[in-house]
Amino acid sequence: MQKLGDFKLPHFFNYPPYFTLQPVKDTRQKQVQLWKELILDYCRTQKIFVIGLEDDFPLFSNSAIERSLSHEARDIFLSGLVSDGRAEWMDKGHKKCLILWLRIQDWADCILRFVKDNGLEDSVMTVEEIRSGIESRGTELHGMHRTVLMRALRMLEQKGKLAMFKGSSADDEGVKFSA
Amino acid sequence: MAAGKWLPSAQLTSSGRPVLLPGEVECSTLSSVDLECEENSNFPNFKSGVLILTTHRILWIDETNNKGAASIPLGAVTHIFSLKKSIKAMFGKPKVRFQVSAAADGRVDEKGSTSIVITLVLRGKSDPDVFYSRFWEVWRSRSWEVLNIAGDSDSRLERSGGSMEGSSVVRMPVVGISGILRKEQELWESTDKSLQDAFQDLNALMSKAKEMVMLAEKMRLKLLSGSTSQANAANDDDTGSKQEMQDWLLSVGIVSPVTKESAGALYHQQLSRQLADFVKLPLEKAGGMIALIDVYCLFNRARGTELISPEDLIQACALWEKFDVPVMLRKFESGVMVIQNKSHSDEEVFARIKSLALRPNALWTGINPSDAATTLGIAPALAKEHLLTAESQGLLCRDISPEGFRFFINVFKDIEPNNIYLVKEHGIYGTWVSATTAPG
Repeated sequence: MQKLGDFKLPHFFNYPPYFTLQPVKDTRQKQVQLWKELILDYCRTQKIFVIGLEDDFPLFSNSAIERSLSHEARDIFLSGLVSDGRAEWMDKGHKKCLILWLRIQDWADCILRFVKDNGLEDSVMTVEEIRSGIESRGTELHGMHRTVLMRALRMLEQKGKLAMFKGSSADDEGVKFSA
Repeated sequence: MAAGKWLPSAQLTSSGRPVLLPGEVECSTLSSVDLECEENSNFPNFKSGVLILTTHRILWIDETNNKGAASIPLGAVTHIFSLKKSIKAMFGKPKVRFQVSAAADGRVDEKGSTSIVITLVLRGKSDPDVFYSRFWEVWRSRSWEVLNIAGDSDSRLERSGGSMEGSSVVRMPVVGISGILRKEQELWESTDKSLQDAFQDLNALMSKAKEMVMLAEKMRLKLLSGSTSQANAANDDDTGSKQEMQDWLLSVGIVSPVTKESAGALYHQQLSRQLADFVKLPLEKAGGMIALIDVYCLFNRARGTELISPEDLIQACALWEKFDVPVMLRKFESGVMVIQNKSHSDEEVFARIKSLALRPNALWTGINPSDAATTLGIAPALAKEHLLTAESQGLLCRDISPEGFRFFINVFKDIEPNNIYLVKEHGIYGTWVSATTAPG
């Protein structure tokens, strides 16, 4: 089986029609489904949070069979993820897409688990520390996209699980976890 | 009868019919005609009589009074005036005026030295133009002169006073002023006549044409009323002759009035059957399906002359639904129209396409319209139609690349989105995977 880095690609990645937008409704439906799954899988394992449509996203082309997805196809598949709530467009021109291979809710749960596992109740941390500190190593939080993290934190804030505050330096915010 | 004084009298039979002279033929009969003379105030009232134009004379008969009739020998007519087409003339009754030789006392006389003008007022329902042209005709033909040569010189002698010798003199005397005048007139008249003749032919043609058109219209109406009031299972004879009539109407360029819901024009029916027969052989050669445009060319080429129009062709194909013919017209989504055998089944074609797409090299590189054309034995354009139809049925998937437009067997059906790494053992996906991951 082909690999993309250490990612195992499914067989149908080598099926030429996979890279051509199918006109027949039922066929198209299946094709879209398979692409959504593949994108999410790949992004999860590679911890990719943003896909730029015009970038050389490795999944979008297959040099072995000399095929690549058209811009239209990329837009359609990513829009499919957006409708499912598994992605968000970061701009009106659909140039960049934020991939939520974990939903914001799931991320929030991650954070809560992290707090519990590390006994961080009632303590304070910076946002940066959450995503790159020693504690987060080995967890999903490590290296996560700042925008996603902020969204998850705000969601938790609304639920009263923590409080956010501005830190001493301009670009770092702090979080106080509730007890 | 007072006529006798001014006009020669004419004999009548006991039933009031004129006694004709030898060789005299009646040409036209009009009723309600007045005969008038402008110059002669003493001229009697010839009102509303029957006017008979013969080859020799003009006869006026008073039907209420069977005491003879008046006549004007055509030989005495020196000039016929043209019909007035003025607005004034339109409101009045049509009048035919002509000049007649008369003696000094005003009496009509072929050898008279003066002339008077006689007017016929046509009060009846007659076509003045027709009478007028007939009048000219008979006057021109001078049938009475033949008679004069043959004999009856007695009557001539009588009129002229008896001193004329020899019946060999046929023409009017050409001496004297009247002679010159007469010559002039003859010249004028001959020119006029040829013009008149030309128009006469046209008129004759026009009236015939009118009759033909009226006839055609009557037939058309008859057909229309017949077809709506009769049930379809009508008398065979009737239907036969009706079909003949329709045929005839069509052949003179008149579209059949019978609607499409009934059998349709016989022409299209026959064409339809002829086409069904013709198309059998080309259809076989083309593998069971042939584009309509190709049939159009082949059929017309075979016909040589009497080419059919595209509309005729489509109508002929449309009629196949009504007959029991083994062929049918089919329209693809793309708009392409083909003729195919009724026995042709899409399933069979799909089966062949499927087996073609499952061949090892097809699994690697897919199939294109020309591959399909070769396998199916049909034209590439039609093969493409089949591939597209197969695609729409979910049998194939398209692959568009710089190398072109190709089709692969559809493997998506066999893949589960929740388990994208699973390859079912028995399935098209499995076949494809084994074929394409094998070395080589």
